[in-house]
Amino acid sequence: MIHFVLLISRQGKVRLTKWYSPYTQKERTKVIRELSGMILSRGPKLCNFLEWRGLKVVYKRYASLYFCMCVDTDDNELETLEIIHHFVEILDRYFGNVCELDLIFNFHKAYYILDEVLIAGELQETSKKSVARVIAAQDTLIEHAKEQSSSLSNIIAQATK
Amino acid sequence: MESWANVIMKKAFKHGSQNTIDQLKTIGRELSMGTQGNWLSSKEYLDLVKAIGEAKSKAEEESIVMAEIEHLKKRIMEPDVPRKKMKEYIIRLVYVEMLGHDASFGYIYAVKMTHDDNLLCKRSGYLATTLFLNEDHDLIILIVNTIQKDLKSDNYLVVCAALTAVCKLINEETIPAVLPQVVDLLGHPKEQVRKKAVMALHRFQQRSPSSMSHLLTKFRQILCDKDPSVMSAALCALFDLVSADVKGFKNLTASFVSILKQVAEHRLPRAYDYHRTPAPFIQIKLLKILALLGAGDKHASENMYSVLMDVIKRNEPGKGDPGSNITNAILYECICTITAIMANSKLLGLAAEITSRFLKSDSHNYKYMGIDALGRVIEINPDFAEEHQLSVIDCLEDQDDTLKRKTLDLLYKMTKSSNVEVIVDRMISYMRTLSDAHNKTEIATRIIELTERFAPSNQWFIQTMNQVFELAGDLVPVKVAHDLMRLLSKGAGEDDEEADSLLRSSAVESYLQLLAEPKLPSILLQVACWVLGEYGTVDGTHSADDIIGKLCDVAEAHPGDNVVKGYAITAITKICAFEIGAGREVELIPECRSFVDDLLASHSTDLQQRAYELQVFFGLGADLVRKVLPVNGSGEEIEFDRELPFLQEFVDSALANGARPYLDENERLGVDSGMSSFVSSSRSHHEPSHGLRFEAYETPTAAIPSGSAAAPSSLLPDFEESVTELTRSVRNQTDSSQVDLLGPEVARLRLDGVQRKWGRTSGSSQPSLAPTPASEQQRRDSGVSEGASSNKESSPAELWDGDGAEPRHEIYSSSFEGKKVEREIPAEKQRLAASLFGGSSVQKGSSGGVKGGVKASKAAGNVRPGEKGVPPRPAAGSGKKKNWSAAEPKQASSSLMDLVDMSGDDSLPVHDAKASYDPFKELEGLLGVPSTAASSTSVGLGKSTMDFMSLYDSAPVVSQSASSLAGDSDVLSLSHRRSGGMDGANGVEGGLIDLNILPSLSPLAGLGELAQSSSSLSPSTGVSDKKGPSRQHSLQKDAASRQVGVTPTGANPALFQDLFG
Repeated sequence: MIHFVLLISRQGKVRLTKWYSPYTQKERTKVIRELSGMILSRGPKLCNFLEWRGLKVVYKRYASLYFCMCVDTDDNELETLEIIHHFVEILDRYFGNVCELDLIFNFHKAYYILDEVLIAGELQETSKKSVARVIAAQDTLIEHAKEQSSSLSNIIAQATK
Repeated sequence: MESWANVIMKKAFKHGSQNTIDQLKTIGRELSMGTQGNWLSSKEYLDLVKAIGEAKSKAEEESIVMAEIEHLKKRIMEPDVPRKKMKEYIIRLVYVEMLGHDASFGYIYAVKMTHDDNLLCKRSGYLATTLFLNEDHDLIILIVNTIQKDLKSDNYLVVCAALTAVCKLINEETIPAVLPQVVDLLGHPKEQVRKKAVMALHRFQQRSPSSMSHLLTKFRQILCDKDPSVMSAALCALFDLVSADVKGFKNLTASFVSILKQVAEHRLPRAYDYHRTPAPFIQIKLLKILALLGAGDKHASENMYSVLMDVIKRNEPGKGDPGSNITNAILYECICTITAIMANSKLLGLAAEITSRFLKSDSHNYKYMGIDALGRVIEINPDFAEEHQLSVIDCLEDQDDTLKRKTLDLLYKMTKSSNVEVIVDRMISYMRTLSDAHNKTEIATRIIELTERFAPSNQWFIQTMNQVFELAGDLVPVKVAHDLMRLLSKGAGEDDEEADSLLRSSAVESYLQLLAEPKLPSILLQVACWVLGEYGTVDGTHSADDIIGKLCDVAEAHPGDNVVKGYAITAITKICAFEIGAGREVELIPECRSFVDDLLASHSTDLQQRAYELQVFFGLGADLVRKVLPVNGSGEEIEFDRELPFLQEFVDSALANGARPYLDENERLGVDSGMSSFVSSSRSHHEPSHGLRFEAYETPTAAIPSGSAAAPSSLLPDFEESVTELTRSVRNQTDSSQVDLLGPEVARLRLDGVQRKWGRTSGSSQPSLAPTPASEQQRRDSGVSEGASSNKESSPAELWDGDGAEPRHEIYSSSFEGKKVEREIPAEKQRLAASLFGGSSVQKGSSGGVKGGVKASKAAGNVRPGEKGVPPRPAAGSGKKKNWSAAEPKQASSSLMDLVDMSGDDSLPVHDAKASYDPFKELEGLLGVPSTAASSTSVGLGKSTMDFMSLYDSAPVVSQSASSLAGDSDVLSLSHRRSGGMDGANGVEGGLIDLNILPSLSPLAGLGELAQSSSSLSPSTGVSDKKGPSRQHSLQKDAASRQVGVTPTGANPALFQDLFG
């Protein structure tokens, strides 16, 4: 299973974290620090895997962002690599040519999408279409809700509060 | 864009329109940065993200985030925060927490937000709670009610949100609260809901299998769901279920096979394609399940052959095409499945082909996968490694750390005696580059294991161990250090003393050099101190003052480390004693003086006592000191009279008074009580004797004296401190001549009763008795001459009444031994035969004729004192006892070749039945059996060295007999202590017999192909004896590992030698 997902920028800044195994806040900070140090220092031609504390970390760089997933030792690394790519493709389809800024300013959206791709540390949906459909359905509902809440009267009501 | 309007308007209301233009500019820029959907973000949030993004340093970022936290704290607690605002705050909290800061003050608001009716807010709430809370958080209980409600919602998006939260948040206690509803959702019309419900059930199954047991059939039904994503979700759960209980799912094998077939044939909708490969993730999952189902099951495996072929064929790229990542992922999974199941040769061939392709690839990823696959393939076909030697070497020398480590893993699996040096060397140089404790411990453990199993020479062993100590320091278990000391004290194993002393002085030199380095781990210092104390002045190149000075430096440099100090002061004591013993005047150098003075006032009573002991030595005569602390005394064996005949009278009277006669524990347990089981019981009893005991205490009736084996020696560990010297000396009356002392002895036995209550009754006394036969054997093993002809106080019996005791020892122990050998052999023989027939045919083929002869002589040359006596022993057991009970030093000192030859001669008639075999195999048999026997006997003691305090029980008899000879009560305690094991030397002494294992390992292993099977037997028993609780178990394991074929066969025996040059 996947123990956690990390998105780290080339500067070592955290863009997204999702933990499927229990880690305390302290451990999380430590893990991120340790792994970003290890991953960022690796050359471009080396393999995309790291053996780390009896687990394996699979990472892949897309532009300035590193996508990392930590899996069990008996998991298939190449498959994990493709799960990362699968996620990236879905992000790309949703944001339309996704870039780091999209994820910075819409990180909660990235979380929603991740929740549709992975659940409880397992790949739950292998069809991009299906993920896109669910996300779209959520967005329309949200658009709907948003329209309600941001009607002019609402704005005035809030502003004059 | 309304949200922007919102913000701007608000600002305009508040601050007037002055700033609005500026803000519009900023927002315009931000809008161009972020794409669509910024409906959630406010100016504040954007500013925060931007500020953090632009922060120049970690500290700056920190201060921004801290300010944000303060701000949020204040704002979030305000009453009547609008929902929308609150949602934004919570998203900002998520952001803060993601950056690694504590946002726990806001958790409760996130939980509250899940109650919201608005889906938008609800989802934000769920998102935040799943990110914030672990399943054991206190707030979970507050959210269960909401989840229950939401699972019943009409809106499937709400249900999905709730199910996502369920997967993360529901813990073992709360599973029952939502389980029925989740199960109901399996029938939901929307496939997204069904899928998530399956995943949730899978999660429950992981958390608490017991609460899910009634749902197992459900998972089977879901497998037939018409939606592929629901089916694939079920596969995740089934994978876990199958790995937990393979048998229960065998009947699904055909279903899995047919699903895989359909998936591979592209029957699923195009939406599930991934880069034109049909549903690869589902295929991989299925392959994993098939690997579980086919393992060790011929029938199930056969069903899979065709589908595996099909999958491979479909994913195999064309010539020269590396293939896409995903097809290779499937192919790799196929290799895993093929190597896990009972595959046919065709599939194995395909697996090997794919592995070759991976290894030859330029991509590091594929190389990594190839190395992993190679490790799997050679477990089935060891020959396959040869083809890829060069690729493996390339990977080993690659700059990629991950690849290097993976390759070392592979080599670790392939290690045998012929390539151990190269591989361990590689591992050590890799260890040098490591910094984190986790990896270091792992690789150090592996190095130690390989070194102990395959070490070609003691010199090498010591050097390797020193390197490991130096690099891994305190990550190495103490026992390893004790083994090393034992090895040194026992000698290099070469026949002559000269080699021993050479080894020792080289050790002294190397430690003196090492000590010059500023920072050394405690364990290495302990070894160094011990070696310096024991052998520092022996060869005369270093003066006592030099060594003492060094030792003082060591102690001074580590003021906090009492163990090292203890080793240092004991070493100083020994050196002084050697000097005094040699008749030289000893004047402590000033720094040593002050060191000793410090210790005299130490808070540690242990150190204090050692310091006082040192002082006592200065007041003693040379003769006495020589007796108490002889040069190289740690190499001597300690003897016990386990019969304790002087107790007979007491036993008789107790029996006459109606006491129950002593029963061996085996008898008490109704197990076969033969001597052969005595060996194993002595070991198994010893281990628990230091652990917690869970059985009830025995009722404190009068002590039951043991007829056969009296307990006193076993009492030593517990009562060492408290017993008086009188009783001690009494206990040492191992000869019946001291009948008049029986009075105090009786009083002593009361204590014995107490001990029985706490201890493991007489079972606990056995371990300490074990040394008796073991040390007897040991003495014989080591050629007797060493013990008998040396002028050191080796045998208490000798010291007590000269020759009188010796024959008796010989008699009973030889009879004991004979018995033991008789009983021991069958079990051992079987194993030996198993390993012989398992591997020797190949060996025989490759090392026939002259080569074999050469090997044999080489082997003989390698045999050390530890085993010199070994070959003849079976002969002794089978009627040639006489030779050995006579045990003339003369005979022992006869040349090694003679001994081996003689043993060969002896063995031939004995083993006539097997005459059809290669005579060298007979030799193997001889080498194998006794060494295992000896090692097993010694385990009891070997264990005892582990525990520092338990060392006390190692050798009281010797020292005390020596001291009572001297008749000085002060010396008595001192000498006792010396051999009793306060210092590491005595740890060595205590476990001396265990040493049998080590020297016997390496030369045997050195026999190479000839004696491979026997060597495999003896080293593994040796090593595993020290580790595992069951020797037989480890034997089986070893045999299994050999059958699996981790060791490359004889087809290319010099595989790595050639390669590594």
